[in-house]
Order: sequence, then structure tokens, then C-alpha cells
Amino acid sequence: MAELLQFVFSGLTVGAIYALVALGFTLIYKASDIINFAQGEFVMLGGMTTVFVAQAGVSLPLAALIAVIVTTAIGLALHRFAIEPAREATSVALIMITIGASIFLRGMAQIVFDRRFHSLPPLFGADPIQFGGAAILPQSLVVLASATAIVIILWLFIERTIFGKAVIATAANRLAARLIGVDTRRIVAFSFAVSAAIGATAGVLITPIALTSYDAGTLLALKGFAAAMLGGIGSAPGAVVGGILIGMFEALAAGYVSSNYKDAVAFLIILIVLIAIPQGLFGRAKIERV
Amino acid sequence: MMILETDRLSIAFGGVRAIDDVNIAVESGQVFSIIGPNGSGKTTLFNLVSGIYTPDGGSIHIAGETATGLAPHERARRGLSRTFQNLQIFYRMSVLENVMVGRHRHERTGILADLLHLPTVVRQNKATEEAARAALARVGLADFAERPASSLAYGALKRLEIARALATEPSLLLLDEPAAGCNPVETQEIDAVIRSIVKDGITVVLVEHDMRLVMKISDRVHVLANGKTLAEGTPEQVRSNAAVVEAYLGVHGSQEAARAFD
Amino acid sequence: MRNLLEIRLLPPLAVAAIFVTLPWFFPSAYYYRIGALVFIFALAVAGLNLLMGFAGQVSLGHAGFLGIGAYSVAVGPAHLGMPSWLCVFAGAALSAIVAFLVGRPILRLKGHYLAVATLGFGLLVAIVLTNEAGLTGGPDGMTVPRLLLFGWSVRGSDVWYWITGATFIVGFVLALNLMKSPTGRALQAIHDSEIAARLLGIDIARKKLAIFIISAVYASVAGSYLALFNGHVTPDVAGFLRSIELVAMVVLGGMGSILGSLVGAGLLVVLPQALTIFHEYEQALLGLILIVFMIFLRRGIVPSVAAVVSGWRK
Repeated sequence: MAELLQFVFSGLTVGAIYALVALGFTLIYKASDIINFAQGEFVMLGGMTTVFVAQAGVSLPLAALIAVIVTTAIGLALHRFAIEPAREATSVALIMITIGASIFLRGMAQIVFDRRFHSLPPLFGADPIQFGGAAILPQSLVVLASATAIVIILWLFIERTIFGKAVIATAANRLAARLIGVDTRRIVAFSFAVSAAIGATAGVLITPIALTSYDAGTLLALKGFAAAMLGGIGSAPGAVVGGILIGMFEALAAGYVSSNYKDAVAFLIILIVLIAIPQGLFGRAKIERV
Repeated sequence: MMILETDRLSIAFGGVRAIDDVNIAVESGQVFSIIGPNGSGKTTLFNLVSGIYTPDGGSIHIAGETATGLAPHERARRGLSRTFQNLQIFYRMSVLENVMVGRHRHERTGILADLLHLPTVVRQNKATEEAARAALARVGLADFAERPASSLAYGALKRLEIARALATEPSLLLLDEPAAGCNPVETQEIDAVIRSIVKDGITVVLVEHDMRLVMKISDRVHVLANGKTLAEGTPEQVRSNAAVVEAYLGVHGSQEAARAFD
Repeated sequence: MRNLLEIRLLPPLAVAAIFVTLPWFFPSAYYYRIGALVFIFALAVAGLNLLMGFAGQVSLGHAGFLGIGAYSVAVGPAHLGMPSWLCVFAGAALSAIVAFLVGRPILRLKGHYLAVATLGFGLLVAIVLTNEAGLTGGPDGMTVPRLLLFGWSVRGSDVWYWITGATFIVGFVLALNLMKSPTGRALQAIHDSEIAARLLGIDIARKKLAIFIISAVYASVAGSYLALFNGHVTPDVAGFLRSIELVAMVVLGGMGSILGSLVGAGLLVVLPQALTIFHEYEQALLGLILIVFMIFLRRGIVPSVAAVVSGWRK
């Protein structure tokens, strides 16, 4: 029982990160129909930038803030220089562009930073808290609380502000939104900025637990994407649920089956979801009109 | 022989009954037109008959055999062919190649032979090309054969789709608004093409808004409104049907239709 | 002149001519090595091009088949006592079977769903290869014994240059044959309008599966050659980065152009060798190439050049 609880805790923790990555995917997808593969790099950049800025002598909170700001800027730059110019591209071409961006950011991170693993000191100390026979790290609680807070803030923003309404309108029908005066380009840019910020924050939060390195982004992006697909791409609650589920499946597989194959869980889930329920748990099936 | 029959055909999209309990029966060699206001379900009906949509209820029979569960390509192999309201041209291919694809049903080489470019493939390519050129000639596009399909004018593209559909040697041809968006000259050209197809004894099911064309060449006319059958009969019967005039033709429309009988 | 350009097999003949005469200019064995690597990747890319550029089905996990082919010539001799040449065929057969099993469900998907499904497939292959250490030697990989043909040990970059080049040219010809055949037309039709293709009697699922299998076999043979040539194989032959490299070669050289496959492979193999100072920037450059080409030169080098040239001729 204690063992199961342990797996649930670690599953929830990593699931919260996947949920945040998935949320980032979903936000951009809703605003622009684009699958942004560089999402994982946002997380990586959040962690790595914090590490290196702190190493340069800046205090940790300030370093984290700088990291989030820098990553947000990179997200905006990605939109401005790689997405905007390719407006009328097919969805596959756009995926390749974001994959290219992801690899570019990876490659640059390799050079600007280095190839080693890095960590950050946890927010409330490293002593695990005992709970029901299992140990949970204080940082895990930080991650869970922060992820919940981010989801709530985002939800409030989308539902309660005019700008949020504009995002919903853009997501529902881009042409119609433009016709009623919504600047959809700004909305899409905004979605990239927010996704980058969320990703970077997730990166800062998880680095004390999971470490980070220049190539940590790829696997995260794929798992986050699996989470978004599982939940139903385009559904924000789905993204969160999907993330938690993938985290749990992964932890349980690592614990009960084989820790070597834990990365395979997410990919197996992608394949199963795509084949069996392509619209995911909360999404709606599309009908092709001729 | 009834070459196409639907029995209580129905389909709903998220609460909207796009086709509701529609029965049609098309005799072999007939020209059967389906008319009705926009949104009445005409193209949906075509999509059901050609297998792109699966009905919620009812059945479809082609040449006397049940076709309801069949995939589109299997219906094509039973002799069904169609053109599309919004054009589904192979833009990356040449005009000739577009029509050559239409010969697929009659081509007999396997993938291995294709890979090795065996003599059977050389012969097949030649036969296919000849048949395709003949189909192009029928619609008056013979001179455009080598041009990229993307370079053709709209009206020509509509004729290209007809040529491609003809190349399959169909027994049943569904034409979805073949003259839509065409100027009067293009409409006349398509009119002539349809007549020549009809003369060859191919059964034509036509969806059209051009009332003169419909009334002139149809053997029977079926009127749809809101997914339901409003009326069916000969052109004369339909155009003088008060309900049809009210729902669709209007005064002007029935005058246009009347002109078909001058 | 016009008739010369219309000989169907002109491109492979031209490539063959260059292939045969180029070695006169090679200052050292190193160039044979580069040539062999170019032809190996060009072969894999040609298959991928048939799938992506011609039939319009994206595959972001194609290195998975490269990996199956590569490990076949390692695992076969080591664990099954099979001769290497047989393992090349066995690998191709295995790739074909895997392509059949995986392709059937996922080829129903389109656009970004298909892209991600193929990505997932490629990653799963890489994970299995990394984890099944007992069979595959794990992350450090395995050595690959030399190919033995009629008792003669195949060694030397020059020999491999001839083998890989000849194989590529054969693959080139087969691909061109396919493109100008009923199957080829059906595939192009599927690319442009699946709905219209269906209504013309084309069994979309079967055709897509067929081209998926063919492209898998191309990649598998290339993978086998790569492993035999290098004498060693590691799991990242099937990795994500490798899959994206293949896609970049397709994009660079030109979607749907087999000649483009050679150009794309050539550039992405030669450039890192030529600009060794930029080895560090390899990944960043790869990403940049993908972005720039997908935005500005989506058709790729060879079709763009061909368009310019045919513009001149008019």
C-alpha cells in the first residue's frame, strides 16, 4: 500500500508537469491549430536559464524570474520569426517548422549552456515528508500547488477578461474573430508567450526534482503532447487530466513493470489514443465536409 | 431496372436531421434530377449514396444489390462515379493524368510489375492514356491534356472532373452542381456534355440549380427541402407543384423553368 | 536536345555517369567513405520521399526502419548465426512486416495525427533497441561483423562506394518506375484528394500501406548497409534526431523528387564533414534548415531549380 502511495505521489508530481506542458500545447493549438513541438524546450529553457543566471551570482528568485521572461521572449520570437511567416502552410509543414525550432533551441542550448545535467535547490528543503508510509518531497507539493494555481489563473483569465474572450473567439473560428475586429495575430502571439511562460515556470519548479539538461525538452514535449491528445487536443481540462493520467501510468509502469520502459508508456498511449479514440477523452470527433 | 434505390435514408449531424426518410428510385438510363434550396441536403444525399457518409437509418441499393455498408471505392467498382460541388481535382497532376487516374478501375497491373516497369505496365500505360484522351475529347479538353490541372479555368475544371468520372466507364454518374459558378458560356458547354453522356445511356443523377437545364433534360425530378422529400415527378409535374414553387422555385424560378418547355 | 531531356531514365543515368567517373577525382579513400554515406542516406531518403513527397503521408519516425535494418545485420550473425548478406534480406522482410502491422492502424490518420503517431513509433523502436541489452547490446550498441560475399570479406570504403551507389541507382530506377505507373498515379491522386481517389475505385488504405512498406524496405536496406559499413551500430541510428535528419533531407532536396533525395542527403552528409568547426552547431543548423526551407523554399532545391530552368526554356 505504501508502495502504491509512493508511485501515486511521484506520478502526480511528474503528471503536474506534463499537465502544464499539455496546457501550453492546448493553448497554442486552440488559438492557431498549430502543434508546437518547441513546447518542451520552453520547459528546458526555464530550468537551464535559471541555473546559469544563478551561477552568475544572481539570487535564485530573480534568476527564475529572468528565466521566465527570457523564455517568454523566445516564445514570442518563435512566433514572430518562424510561425508568422508561414501563415498559409499545411499543418504538417507547421509541425516540421516547430520541430525545426525545437531542434534549433536544443542545439543552441547545447552551445550557450553545456551538455551536463543541472539541478536547482528546492524551495523548502530536501527532507521528504512522511505520509501514509510513503515519502513525498516538499518540492512535489510546490509543483502540485503551483500547477493548480496556474491552471486556475489561466482559467480565470480566459473566462473573465475581454482578452480571454478574444482568445476563445479566435479558437472557435479565426475568420469570424477577425471579422469582428479581433487581432488574431496578437492572440496567437499571446498564446505563444503564455505557453512559454507556463512552460518556463514548470521548468523552474521541476528542476530540483528531475534535473534538467539541454535535451530534456524533447521527451517532455512528446509526453506533454501525449497528455494533450489523451485529454482531447483543444480541451484545456482534458490537457490537465491527460497530464495527470500519463504521469500516473508512467509511475505505475516504472514501479510495477519495468523502469527502463517508463518512457515508452507515453508513446504507447499516443498510439493507442490515436488509433482507438483520436478525439481523446474530452474532445469532439471531426466530420469532414465535402 | 432500378440502378439506384434508397429506402428510408436518414442521417443527422449533431441534432440536425440533414436527410430525413428519403426514398428515391432511379431507373437505368434515366436522367434523375435532385433540386431544392441550399442546405436542403442534396450534397449530403450524394455523400450518402457514394459512401462518404454512413446513414443513421435506411438503406441504399446499387444495381439491385445492397450497398449500404460498402466503402466508397467498392461502390465505384460497382459502376458508381461522381463529380464534386467543390471540385476535387488532382491539382499537382496534369489534365491528362487526372483523367488517367479515372481508368484505375480498369487497370490490371500489380505493384510488383509497376516497380519493375514490365512490358505489361508499358502496355497498360498506353491503353490508359488512350482512353483518357478519348474522355478528354468528349468534354472538349483534348488540347489541354499536357497542361497542369491547376492552370485551367473554373469551367474547364468542371468539365475535367466530368471527363475523369467518364473515364471510369460508369453505369451510374452523380453530377453535383456541374454548372455551379460557371458563366453562361461554360454552362452551355457543360449542358452539351451532359446531353451527350445521356445519349450514351449512362444513368445520370443530377443536382443542379439551373432550372432550364434541369427541366429540359430530366426524366424525373425529386425535390428536397430541409432534408425531406417535398415532391417528385416529371418536370412538368414538379414545376407546377404549388408547394415546390413556394419553397424553392418562386415565381421567377418557375418562369425560368417554364421557358425550358418553349 | 528536347528528346534527350525527355528520356524517362535520364536522371538515374546521369547520376550513374557521375557516380562512375567521380572516383577519378578522389584524392583519398576518405572521399569514397563520404560517397558511400551519401548513397546510404540517399537510399533511405528516396524511400521516405516516395512516402512523404509523392504519396503525401508524413513519417517522423522513419529512422525506426533504419534501425531495424541496422540491427538485423548485428543480431542475426551474433545470436542466430546467420550470414550477413541473408540478414540484409531478413531485415528488409522484418521491416516490411513491422510496417504492415504498424501501418494498418496508423495510416488511417492524417496530418498532425499521423505525424505524431509515426513519431511515437520511431521512438518506441529506439527505446526497445536501447533497453533489450541482452539482444542488442543496450545503449553502447553492438559490433557488426564484416559482410562476406562468396567467401570474400567486403571491406574498404571504395568497395562500399560501389555497392551503395549501385543500390541507390537501382532504387532510383524502381522509384521512377513506380511513379509513372498505375500505382504511382493512384498514390499521387491520394495525395491530392483522398475523397476523389476513393470514388475512382482506389483502395486508399491498401495503397498507403503498400507505399509505407516499400519506403520501410528502402530504409531497412540503407540501415543494413550503414551498419555493415561502419562495423558498429548503436540505438541512436533509430532515434528521433535521425528521423528528423531524414525528413530534413527530404525537405532540402525536394518533396517527391528522388534526385532531390540525393541532393538533400549529399548536403546534410557533406556539410558537417566539410565544416568541422561547425560540428557543435550541427543540431542548431539542422533546425534552422528545416525552418527556413519550410517557410521559404517548401518545394525543396531540385524542384525549385527545375522550375527555374523550365522557365528559361520557355
